[in-house]
Amino acid sequence: MPSDQFLKRVLKPLVFISALTPAGYLAWAAFTGNLSANPLGDITNGTGDWALRFLCLTLAITPLRRVSGWNGAIKFRRMLGLFAFFYGGLHFLTYVIFDRLAGLDFSEINSPWIATRALATTVSGDIYKRPFIAVGFTAFAVMIPLAVTSTTGMIRRLGGRRWQALHRLMYVSCIAAALHYWWLVRADVRRPVAYGVVIAILLAFRLHWARSRAKQTTSRSVVPQVSSTGQPSQASRRKWSKGCGRAVSSSGVLPTTTNPSAS
Amino acid sequence: MLIKRPADVRSSEITDKATFMDRRAFIQAAVGVFGLGALAGEATVTAQQPAPHARKLENIQKSAVSTTETPNTWQQITTYNNFYEFGVDKKDAATYAKSLKTSPWSIAMEGEVARPAVWHLEDVLKGRALEERIYRHRCVEGWSMVIPWIGFPLRDLIAQLQPTSKARFVEFTSLSDPGQMPGVRASYLRWPYTEGLRLDEAMHPLTILAVGLYDEILPNQDGAPIRLVVPWKYGFKSIKSIVRIRLLEQQPIGAWQREAPQEYGFYANVNPTVDHPRWSQAREVRLPGLFRNRATAMFNGYGDQVSGLYAGMDLKRNF
Repeated sequence: MPSDQFLKRVLKPLVFISALTPAGYLAWAAFTGNLSANPLGDITNGTGDWALRFLCLTLAITPLRRVSGWNGAIKFRRMLGLFAFFYGGLHFLTYVIFDRLAGLDFSEINSPWIATRALATTVSGDIYKRPFIAVGFTAFAVMIPLAVTSTTGMIRRLGGRRWQALHRLMYVSCIAAALHYWWLVRADVRRPVAYGVVIAILLAFRLHWARSRAKQTTSRSVVPQVSSTGQPSQASRRKWSKGCGRAVSSSGVLPTTTNPSAS
Repeated sequence: MLIKRPADVRSSEITDKATFMDRRAFIQAAVGVFGLGALAGEATVTAQQPAPHARKLENIQKSAVSTTETPNTWQQITTYNNFYEFGVDKKDAATYAKSLKTSPWSIAMEGEVARPAVWHLEDVLKGRALEERIYRHRCVEGWSMVIPWIGFPLRDLIAQLQPTSKARFVEFTSLSDPGQMPGVRASYLRWPYTEGLRLDEAMHPLTILAVGLYDEILPNQDGAPIRLVVPWKYGFKSIKSIVRIRLLEQQPIGAWQREAPQEYGFYANVNPTVDHPRWSQAREVRLPGLFRNRATAMFNGYGDQVSGLYAGMDLKRNF
């Protein structure tokens, strides 16, 4: 496993630069005329694709860490998540500016205020009217609070458990993003389905861990509070999960999404 | 069909100075308005590249129905194609259609015609006066181009076929050869690709069979050797690489209509007031632009000529 210094000085900057490459390429190709005959389509699809890819990468970190046992993996999660937000944001802005703003009737607009209001109306109207836009917008919008609370200070302020609960919104974002893609294609669903499968597998890890955690709880209870259905009662689950909560250490190590054996 | 060696510089490569300056002015205005228009401008100028050597068509008549809008470049028209038989990416057709064998080519003329028969392409083209028809092309996906097709009216061929009194529709079928077409080996559409027109739509003077582009033989990725062009309908109606024309009493089903009947109707007339269930059809991006700012015109701007075909019809229901 790489040393902390190597990770911080070499690996992280390398990942950072690599993650910026698709955006750099798109900008370069757009300015030099190296996109296809439909540059708007290329930019829209390119930024959307990369948002989805970074969502998958972010979601893969915890399974990678637990399966490989390499705890250093966690140090990339915030960066990858923020890149998903970055590309999602570019994707959303492309739509807002080149599709929505471009469609406004500027003969009736004589102030920035009216333009802003008209833009807000057309964007919200479109989101309301078209499920596929609404789903895509959801995928992006739920990442906003996550990006805002991504700093070490915010983790400390929120407390590890609450922060973790909030950041499970990533699951919503991933599912919504894959759905958005699937909904958009005209015939060949192989690519969106591939993303869907990857996301489903990565989420299945979480489900599996949650189940085994629930089992552990049942067997650990001295007097298990079993309901009539044979499942552990809400009360015993709550008791367990309370004990599982951890404060963020002063070194600022990120809490991991699922780690039943940590308590 | 007359074929000769290409001239050194094709007429399509020459943009006259006034048009060029107009384009520059337009681009500069776009930069001023949006501040980001430089992107679109750059794409417009640099995409103007010479065509690969193709075979030149001769004795082409100009047509009064051609639009005066500036056509898209050869490069744009031949690298951005929806041709699902070769793949779903827009560049797939340019990549994989190179090896499509377009000669010999024959078309089966079937159904309600005087003498059903298989015609060689040479016989289909024999004695035709080819015309240049510069048409707007509006894709159902929300983009548009201007394309200088070379072709002849479909009505001339149909008249030769002598439809019977029962004939009310025309069905077209594309080549579907898994050996030559990688997309056909995948099953995202039910092959072969088919399309249909009402007989009066097929007989309309704007409806053509195209065999060329920019005075040259149609490149494979654009539907060689012969394709339909119906300029007032969404692009998917203009079926490519036709191997069968069948006259029918009953309304045929198109490939997209069969795939998603709630999204793609039989008529598929360009109509800004009837949205695709998933996206708006009110505006389009004229390639290679960056902005979806062009208002889509009813019947793609051909309403004066074709709206009579649909008098009294509910176009929201018959979308």
